[in-house]
Formats: sequence, C-alpha cells, structure tokens
Amino acid sequence: MNAQPLHFVPASEFRERAATAVADEHLRRSFRGAMDFLIGKRAAQFPDLAAFERQRALAEHIRKYSLARLPELLELLERRLTENGIRVHWAETPAEANGIIIDIARRHATKLMVKGKSMVSEEIELNHAMADAGMEALESDMGEYIVQLDGEKPSHIIMPAIHKTKEQIARLFAEKVPGARYTDSVDELIGIGRAVLREKFMAAEIGLSGVNFAVAETGTLCLVENEGNGRMCTTVPDVHIAITGIEKVVEKLEHVPPLFGLLTRSATGQAITTYFNLISGPRKPGEKDGPREVHLVLVDNGRTQAYADEQLRATLQCIRCGACMNHCPVYTRIGGHAYGTTYPGPIGEIISPHLLGLAATHVLPTASSLCGACGEVCPVRIPIPDLLVRLRGEAQHDARVGQRPLLGQGAARNLLIDAVWAGWAALYTRPLLYRAFGWLATRLRLLTPPRQSGWTQSRTPLRPARRTLHEEMAARTRR
Amino acid sequence: MSARDNILQRLRQAPPGPRPLPPDVWGQQAARTDAAGAGDRGERIRLFCEKMAFWRGEVVRTSRDDWPEMLRELCLAKGVRSLLHGERHAAALAGSGIAGLRCYDRPVEEWKAELFRDIDASLTSTRGGIAETGTLIIWPDASEPRLLSLVPPIHFALLDAGQIHADLLAAIGAQEWSGNLPTNALLVSGPSKTADIQVTLAYGAHGPKELVVLLLDGEDAR
Repeated sequence: MNAQPLHFVPASEFRERAATAVADEHLRRSFRGAMDFLIGKRAAQFPDLAAFERQRALAEHIRKYSLARLPELLELLERRLTENGIRVHWAETPAEANGIIIDIARRHATKLMVKGKSMVSEEIELNHAMADAGMEALESDMGEYIVQLDGEKPSHIIMPAIHKTKEQIARLFAEKVPGARYTDSVDELIGIGRAVLREKFMAAEIGLSGVNFAVAETGTLCLVENEGNGRMCTTVPDVHIAITGIEKVVEKLEHVPPLFGLLTRSATGQAITTYFNLISGPRKPGEKDGPREVHLVLVDNGRTQAYADEQLRATLQCIRCGACMNHCPVYTRIGGHAYGTTYPGPIGEIISPHLLGLAATHVLPTASSLCGACGEVCPVRIPIPDLLVRLRGEAQHDARVGQRPLLGQGAARNLLIDAVWAGWAALYTRPLLYRAFGWLATRLRLLTPPRQSGWTQSRTPLRPARRTLHEEMAARTRR
Repeated sequence: MSARDNILQRLRQAPPGPRPLPPDVWGQQAARTDAAGAGDRGERIRLFCEKMAFWRGEVVRTSRDDWPEMLRELCLAKGVRSLLHGERHAAALAGSGIAGLRCYDRPVEEWKAELFRDIDASLTSTRGGIAETGTLIIWPDASEPRLLSLVPPIHFALLDAGQIHADLLAAIGAQEWSGNLPTNALLVSGPSKTADIQVTLAYGAHGPKELVVLLLDGEDAR
C-alpha cells in the first residue's frame, strides 16, 4: 500500500496551490466548518480569561525552563530511559533517523510496521524509506489511515483527514478496502477501519509512535490520544519505537499536567483525551504483554538552528496542539495541503524554515495577515507574529554581524526589489527629487501600466492622483 | 563525532539566555484547588460521575462486597459470553456465577488471536480516579496486563470511591508517582473514540466500545 513515493511540492509553488485551494468551494466549506467547530469547542474550555492567562503563563514558564536546560535534560532523559531498559538513539537528519529505524526493523525481520500518530515520522518521510527498504509502514490513526489509503498527506496535524467528506471516504473504502461495501454511515466506516486495523496490530512485528512529552527525571514517554491505536502500537507488537524531536523533554512528572491540560483543551476543546499513556519501560519478567524492546529516536533536523537564536528558540516551546492553524484566517481558506510542508499553518510557517531551509520555505512566513490570532490562542505563548516578521527579514537580508546565518539566509532577495527600495530611499530622503518625481508621476499618470505584477491579480491597478497632496494643500491654502 | 555529541554540542554552543527559576507547579495548584472546593469527598465523587458520563462511560454504584453480583447482572444485561480478568480477582469471581470467565494467565503471544476475537469483556482494577476530568488511573502489572483494558469490546473497571482525587496533579502527588511508575501507566476517560471523519464523533475506534465503572462506595451501598 502507498508504495508510490509522495514528495512534498516545493514551497515556492505555494502561491499557485493557494490560488487553486481558494477556488475550491468544497475544500473551503470543509475547512471553514471544521475550524469554526474547533474554535467553538476550544472557547468553551476557557470561559475565564484571567484563569486561562494564568494557565498559559505557567505552561510557557515550564517550556522555557525546560528549553533553558535542554542539553542537561536530554542527557538525564537518556540516562533514566537506559536504566529503565529503553534504548536511546540520536539522529541529526531525516536520513539518519530513517536509517536507525530501518536497522531495528531489519533486525526483527519486519514485514509490517503499525504506526500511531507521529508528525516527526511524517517530517522524515519514514513511510517512503520503509517502502524503499521493502517493508510496509501502515498508519493506524483513523484519519492518517484514510489519507494514506488515498495516497495523500495529512492536511491538519490533529485532524489529518479534515479535507475529506464522509462520502469521499465511503467511496475510498468501498474501492480500496477488500470486502468493504459502500456505506456513508460514520459508525460503520469506523467499524471497517477497526476490523482491518485490528488484524494488522496482531500481525505487525513493530509498532511506532510519536511522543507528546518525555519526562527526564522518571524516564517516561507520554502519549496523548483518543482512539486507542497508540496503545495498540505501543503494546501489541514485540518492538516499540518511539520517535520525537529533541525539544519535547520536560524535567519532572509534575510539569506534565499543566501542559497536557492545555494541549487537549486547545487542540479539540476536550478537557482530557480518552487515553494518556505513560511508558517507562519494556515488558518486565513476569509481565504477560507489552513490547520486549522499546527504542526512542531523538531527532534534531534543524531544531538546533532554532535553538541557537534566543528569539527563534521560542519556536521550540510548541506542544503541537494546532490551535494556531484552527484560528488562522489564511489556513482556514487554503487548507493544509497548500503549504506543501509537514507542518501547515502558523506553526509550520515558523518551524519549516529550520527543518527545510529558507530557500525552500521563504514564502511561508508571508502567508499571514499578521492578525495575531495565532499568538493569542497559543497555549505556551509563542510570539508567532513576531517570529513571522523576523523570518521574513532573514529571508531578505544577510545575517547581522555576529549572527550565524540561517539555512537559506537571504534566499528571497531579488535584485529588482532591492533596486526599488534603493530608489524609494533616494526619493524620500531628497525633497527636491521627491517633488520632481511627484510632479512627473501625476502628469504622466495615464501611462501607468494596467498590469502591475502580482498586485493586479486580484486588485484594480494603482494609478497616481491628478495632483500630488502637496499641490492640493498648496491650492487649498491659496483659496 | 556521533550524532549525539554533535547535537549536544550545538545546544551547548547556543547563547544561554535567561535561566528561568523552576516553575512552582504545586503552589499554583494549591491556589486553584482551594478555589474549586475540591477538598470535599462527596463533591469529588459527584464530579467524577458527571464527567465520566460526559465521556459516555457508565458509572454503577455498588459496594466492596456486592460488586461480583452487580457485575453478573451487567454481564447478563449486555449479553457478555466471555469475561477476561486478572489473577487478582479470580477468587472473588469464582463464586459469582458469571458465565465464560477467562483468566489472563499466559503471555499474550500464546493466545493473541483468541484475545482479539473471542473475548467479549474484561474486568480490571484501578488505582483511583480523577474528578476534574472523569478519569480512571490504571497501572497494569503482572496480574492485570496492559491489554486487559484495551482489546475486549467492553471494559468493566472497579473504582474505590475513596481514591478519587481532585485532578491529575493531586493524584500524582498523593500516590507518589514520581519514582514509582510501572512500565506502563494509563489514564482512561471513557470508551475509545474518534472524530476523524467529518468531525463526527464515533465510539469504539480501536479500543473498548463501552466503559463501565463499578464505583465501590462503602458509605453509599445500594
């Protein structure tokens, strides 16, 4: 299944994809409806604004405290997990992470790996790497299963199949799931997925999962989910591999509840998810189930670049709730696929430049009206709009003195734009030149071109007034 | 250098920035719980039942002595033909008259297909509950394995009403989780569910389709 490699389209094609998405009425309605629903559910969880502010101040404090001690905490986490019998691996790049996982899989003669939801596994394109190595990686989260069955990518980090209607899913199942008949009852569709995937949980040699929080002091991996597929993946197969970014670690177990409480409330408006799964080791002698081997793969993939800069470090506070995308007017209109990256929406716009470099992603930080909604709802108070502005700048300029350049620094620089700004600066700092330009521009106004690059795609052309403001004011004074 | 060393070195080379003081999680907690009036046992039980019902978990009130009989009635009513349990409750269940008792007494490898296909329901203990969110605390062990609360379509859970804590943090503190965690600890709030198809809620995604809490309350037996 899904042997066809799916490669992310370069983000430079973002504008075209966005235009197509905006013209797609079905997609617009799906996202508008789903986002309004999630916005309403979240708002109902935070009736008291002052209490919400206290909770997120604490959550921000916990994340900042953890990040400030990140290298020590990662070492402590490694030590405690090792004591608990969990093997820890480190990967700087997606290729290294895939290599580690494929090695483990080969050692266990794996044919099938069942996967719980993991955005980092999407980030490293694990499913393709597994397919190339001749092994099947099957998504078991209902939404992820649906998009994988259709050869697609998730369009939302919490609700992967949000872009699909139940009729589309009904047709997909009838066509692709052996023995399934057409039904558009959601309960029956979930029943079909349940039956198919239960057989897979039994058959799989390896289960893979993400990690929501890694607790250093106790050596514990925490997983948040509603469906139970995460528990299946981490309990039924003989080997469990967890994969996560290096930023997910907290020091103490008591640092988890404030973050967990905000994560589920911000994500889906739930006070808690059905399951919260704390894994602190493989099956002990005498225990009758659980994996005999547990591995953790810690992935950098550009996170240390964000960490190296005091302002950009805030990006790593993220607990992946998705509230920023739910509230983003741009995301709601264009949907998750238009971004072309693993993480869509505002969080994707600020994290993708570190994962993929600004050369491939410089257009993403411009996909925002800077309305500020993302920053207001962020449960760990990441100043997303500030970081968007900062990254826009970094894409246009060389690194400041003493600053290490970002990957793809200055990639959006364009000679024409540089020349325009230089001309603008010259005019606006020389009064005589400015007046002469104004006189000329108003007299020759009929010569302004009707097509003005990107501006006239959806707007009327700009044309100077008959007289400059200075002239109008002078005339009025004379009267 | 290894990937590990490279990553740690890059993190250490970064400007240290401000070092925040340790967050005062317990202090903030105390202020919050006092305000919520969560100190009252009856109020915690009431809140737990309300929230568990919200997650579509059933709560049945019974007592420490009567629960096997209550369970027998529930199994009859739900048409349960096979009930899986751990060694811990084998004795109590033996005289209950429940049909199709099975004890999870072998490693899962030896009977995986049976566990997935032939078991209607399961019974587990719990380590307590959480009032704020209507949550069960389950710590699987050698006697009550992890899959007991996951694979069978109906999950019955015994909860001691005296072990209901105000919220997760209170439970972590009172039960001294730090340093004592089992290989797998679980919080369970209702039956398994998903809203992945058109944001429509459906129960029984991968785990149990029904969760029934047998609330053991000496002060309020039936």
